[in-house]
Amino acid sequence: MPPFPSQAEVEETLKRIQSQNGVQGIIIVNTEGIPIKTTLDNASTVQYAGLIHQLVMKARSTVRDIDPQNDLTFLRVRSKKNEIMIAPDKDAFSNKTSFLLY
Amino acid sequence: WVCGNWEGLTVLGRMEIVHVYTRLRGEFGRQCLFSDRPAELLVDVPPDPRLAQDFIQKNPRDQALQACRDMSEHQVNTERFESDSCGINHVEGGWPKDINPQEMEQTIRYRKKVEKDESYVNSLLTLGSVMEHCIRQNNAVDIYQEYFEDEDEVEESPEPPSAKTINVFRDPNEVKRTVSCLSWHPDGGKLAAAYSCLQFQRSSRDMSLDSYIWDIENPNRPELTLKPASPLVCLEYNPKDSHTLVGGAYNGQIAYWDTRRGSQPVETSSVEQSHRDPVYKIIWLQSKTGTDVFSASTDGQVLWWDVRRLSEPTERLVLDLSREGNLDRALGAVSLEFESTMPTKFLVGTEQGVVVSCNRKAKTPAEKIVCSYDGHHGPVYALQRNPFFPKNFLTVGDWTARIWSEDIRDSAIMWTKYQTSYLMDACWSPVRPSVFFTVKMDGVLDVWDILFKQNDPTLSLKVCDEALYSLRLQDNGRLVACGSQQGGATLLEISSGLSTLQKNDKSLLAAMFERETKREKVLEARQREIRLKERSRSEQSREGEPGREDADHGPDQLIAKAQEDFYVVTEMERRRRDANQQPPTELEDVDVT
Repeated sequence: MPPFPSQAEVEETLKRIQSQNGVQGIIIVNTEGIPIKTTLDNASTVQYAGLIHQLVMKARSTVRDIDPQNDLTFLRVRSKKNEIMIAPDKDAFSNKTSFLLY
Repeated sequence: WVCGNWEGLTVLGRMEIVHVYTRLRGEFGRQCLFSDRPAELLVDVPPDPRLAQDFIQKNPRDQALQACRDMSEHQVNTERFESDSCGINHVEGGWPKDINPQEMEQTIRYRKKVEKDESYVNSLLTLGSVMEHCIRQNNAVDIYQEYFEDEDEVEESPEPPSAKTINVFRDPNEVKRTVSCLSWHPDGGKLAAAYSCLQFQRSSRDMSLDSYIWDIENPNRPELTLKPASPLVCLEYNPKDSHTLVGGAYNGQIAYWDTRRGSQPVETSSVEQSHRDPVYKIIWLQSKTGTDVFSASTDGQVLWWDVRRLSEPTERLVLDLSREGNLDRALGAVSLEFESTMPTKFLVGTEQGVVVSCNRKAKTPAEKIVCSYDGHHGPVYALQRNPFFPKNFLTVGDWTARIWSEDIRDSAIMWTKYQTSYLMDACWSPVRPSVFFTVKMDGVLDVWDILFKQNDPTLSLKVCDEALYSLRLQDNGRLVACGSQQGGATLLEISSGLSTLQKNDKSLLAAMFERETKREKVLEARQREIRLKERSRSEQSREGEPGREDADHGPDQLIAKAQEDFYVVTEMERRRRDANQQPPTELEDVDVT
């Protein structure tokens, strides 16, 4: 079955991101923590999916605790070797969060 | 049941209170008609004093009263709630129950299903754009780039210079003596202080002769007592062997101690061979054996000793500027300077305000004295070469401190203005070439930083109320010990700004010294020129006068000369007037016109 036009857009977006300079990999995770799409190997994907999910939850709750009108838009975790950039979806109850390694 | 009258019963000592109420039965149920009645005494119980005997009177009584609500304190604690932190290792995502995560087919199918979901697509597009934006941001500029990361030691907010007192070591004896000299242990943990009374004939009979070695951590008791035969005026640790010290005494003797051997000196020089005046300074020399010292005293001699044999000095030098070795004409020495980088030369500061530079290795005794620097009006109490620029040395005497360059003999290259009280001691900082410390008779310790300010001290601290006589810096440049007239040695710590070497210190100071030296050289050259011109001029005008030394005009000669000139001029004037008086008519004509 051919993918929807919008699905093609999704593919294109991901390709574009992947082609950017310095991007090591992309992982897309849903709210249940299941990695939907990934460009890395399975083991790392699963590890990232599990760990970072909790971090995002914590960060979001922190931001909202301080100001309920506020919300987390982006999270960067910078380490010595690389940077993890996390874009959480707007609704906490929606299905998708995506993040990637930079 | 009919009410009857009951009589009150009286029992011995007690009375029952009874009130009778009668009512006709027919009147029951009728409304009450109340009426006022005057009060009537029902019972009167007088106090029984016999009961008081069962009680003990307590007078006064302390009874606290408070007109407030009674409150009580309670504590409540909920039951302990045990919590435990644990992480979950998400091995394989939260797959729905019907899908077996191990099976590739099922997971792939599930994933594909999710990907087709519309909300998935929408949210992913938005997130994708957000993510791209940030990535581009990252690529554009390294937002975490560290600027100025090499220069983190630049300006750490230059704090104002300060110093704080750490400890004061007081003379434990009743009769307080002056701390005339201080010497740091080579490792810095101990301070040796020489106590003596320097005022002439002021020392009393019961004045103790002892000098002490203090451990800087313990100001209550000296660590070791040194018992010389006569109070010590100066005391020095051997920089090579930290157990040995040598001291110069008030009666001119030199004594040698070994701290492992106790308080008595291991050896003392014989009285006949020693100095005849108090030994003001003694310094260890750099020699192969490490046992050579030399000492200076106001009797005009500088003596060299070998501490293993203090019976007589190894060498003698008389500070006679006319180089004749005449003890009567000798200058009394009060300070001595020896720099290990220049082992053959040394400087002596004298009571007359002259600093004499001497060469130890000269062939004849006459050549030992190389030159002299005349600068102070009073005794040169301290003399030290700059540890970074040995050609320049600091002297202290009268009310100024002066910095000299070895090459310029006539005057100092830099000097402080006249202070309000006498300067007694000075020394350079061993870590910063431009910083030196002085102590004054009003109890003030001045820290001068000539790169920062030349006219005033950078830091001026009142250490104590009495005069400060001695000063010594520890080799790390941070700790300063100064000794006072009442026997108190104060230990101060200097702020780090004054005790850490700055980057440009040396070059700036070198430039400053050079500039001042050049200025003095120019002045000296000009002076010489003027003198030369004068000499040639006076020689020309007095060609007829043989053998007249115009170079040194004594005041008498000047007066005689002025008198002569006066007579000559008046003579000439008289002659001129006589000449004018002869043709008076001509003169009148001249006057009219």
